Amino acid sequence: MTSLRILSLATVALLCGGFALAAFHAPMDANEGFVQKIFYLHVPLALVALGGFVFGAVAAVQHLRSGDPRHDLRSYVAIHLSLVLGIAVLVTGAIWAKASWGIWWEWREPMLVSFLIVFLLYCTYQPLRFSIEDREKQSRYASVFAVTAGAFVPLCFGAVRAAESYIHPQTFNSTDNLPGSMWLAFLVCLAGMTLLFVTLWRFEIAHKMTRARVRSLKRRLGGVDDPVVGRSAAPQLSSP
Amino acid sequence: MRRAVGALLRKELALELRAPMTLAGMLLFSVTTLIVFHFALDERSVEGDLAAGVLVVTLLFAAMLGINRLFVTDHEEGGFDAFLLAPVDRTALFVAKALALLGFLFALELVMLPIFALLLLGPTLTAGVLGKSLLVLALADVGIAVIGTLVAALGIQTRARDLLVPLIALPLLVPVVIGAASGLSPVLEAAGDAAVPGRWLAILALYDLVFGLLAYAVFDFLLEE
Amino acid sequence: MTDNLPDNGGYVAAAYLVFLALLLVYVAIMAIRLGRLERELTQLDELPDAADHAARERAREQAPA
Repeated sequence: MTSLRILSLATVALLCGGFALAAFHAPMDANEGFVQKIFYLHVPLALVALGGFVFGAVAAVQHLRSGDPRHDLRSYVAIHLSLVLGIAVLVTGAIWAKASWGIWWEWREPMLVSFLIVFLLYCTYQPLRFSIEDREKQSRYASVFAVTAGAFVPLCFGAVRAAESYIHPQTFNSTDNLPGSMWLAFLVCLAGMTLLFVTLWRFEIAHKMTRARVRSLKRRLGGVDDPVVGRSAAPQLSSP
Repeated sequence: MRRAVGALLRKELALELRAPMTLAGMLLFSVTTLIVFHFALDERSVEGDLAAGVLVVTLLFAAMLGINRLFVTDHEEGGFDAFLLAPVDRTALFVAKALALLGFLFALELVMLPIFALLLLGPTLTAGVLGKSLLVLALADVGIAVIGTLVAALGIQTRARDLLVPLIALPLLVPVVIGAASGLSPVLEAAGDAAVPGRWLAILALYDLVFGLLAYAVFDFLLEE
Repeated sequence: MTDNLPDNGGYVAAAYLVFLALLLVYVAIMAIRLGRLERELTQLDELPDAADHAARERAREQAPA
């Protein structure tokens, strides 16, 4: 648990530090003005969410090769967290679009469009899990899905980018000519967001494992088992 | 492995010839969809971007019908258990089903393209246009077949199959839609057909390769008992 | 309200607030789950006492007879 404590403190420090740098140290963008400050929130969120999806795919590969349900749990929590971050990405992206161009959605912004497609795909992950009753099959099929979806992410971004380059892409900004102070603020925010993901991920896994241990203890001590209310999409850890 | 694939493929085609539900259904569905498009778009003829889009969407939704039914009879009639008992590489089932689906899609296009030209297409369907369209669509079909078979297999265990399979398959197929529609739209221009932009053929081929290899590697895990 | 913030500041504030809100909702959900876990643990705590109680009841019933 101490590692969780250290992680959370580091997360707070980096995230707050990053936002502070974005607010006070990074200069005002010449083209977009104050609105550009959303960049320090939206882009780290998007990068970490996508990283989470890819990590979920990696954990799924490990699950398929070893059969260890803990890998499945790691994959599930990573994808679940990335989905939540994904909501934040889409909402902050829409807010940024409204602020920059006056419309809530822009098809010529390839990153946002690709992210929407990926997000919609991963929205089917939990319904898929939920619909398979057998626990072991559920984990296996979910891992196959996670691997396929993980491979899909780069392909999707590539294809959408290729499609939109006929018309000038209306990217939010180009990260090519960022001055040093902007880079610093961005990197600190990115590090903070990554640590936030890791902290929440560890937190949720710790909670699930603890609950599994409590349940198994209850069963072993002969207590009355709480009736399982419906199936769950989350991986159930079997009693040790 | 090749013999297993051959045997399974022959079984699929024999089943289809005996009771031609899937292919006929897909064809009927596409024609009906074209009619719906006519009324929905309120256009007497389409060309270029619009034509490519209508064609690709019709094909995609007809493919969904085929995909939904791909493993149903195996699941219901116990074909899976019989297959698992046979001493063959399990991926043979994937290759056979994907090839069968590919065959259905290609047969569908051969019939649907002239009908599409008749009903909705503005520019005439010359041999050149037909040939280039079939080329683009062939690459797209491979992608649809690979993803379709994989997702259909993912869905066998669930009762909400009809709902989940399209929900999972459609986002996965967006790059195919992009590639096919963008590749077809210069071909279907009224001003006389242009060459197919090479980049879209390359993107479709890359997609087919990546997911073909992935599905091949991963399919085994779906059939374990 | 937008007098205190530079032009279009409202949008920036909204974006960061959405992030904060999602984070806090997540924390709240975890807190609820923690409460549920604590309740299960208290049930576990009371199990030995319940078992003792049941055993004593049975002994009392058999003794006078």
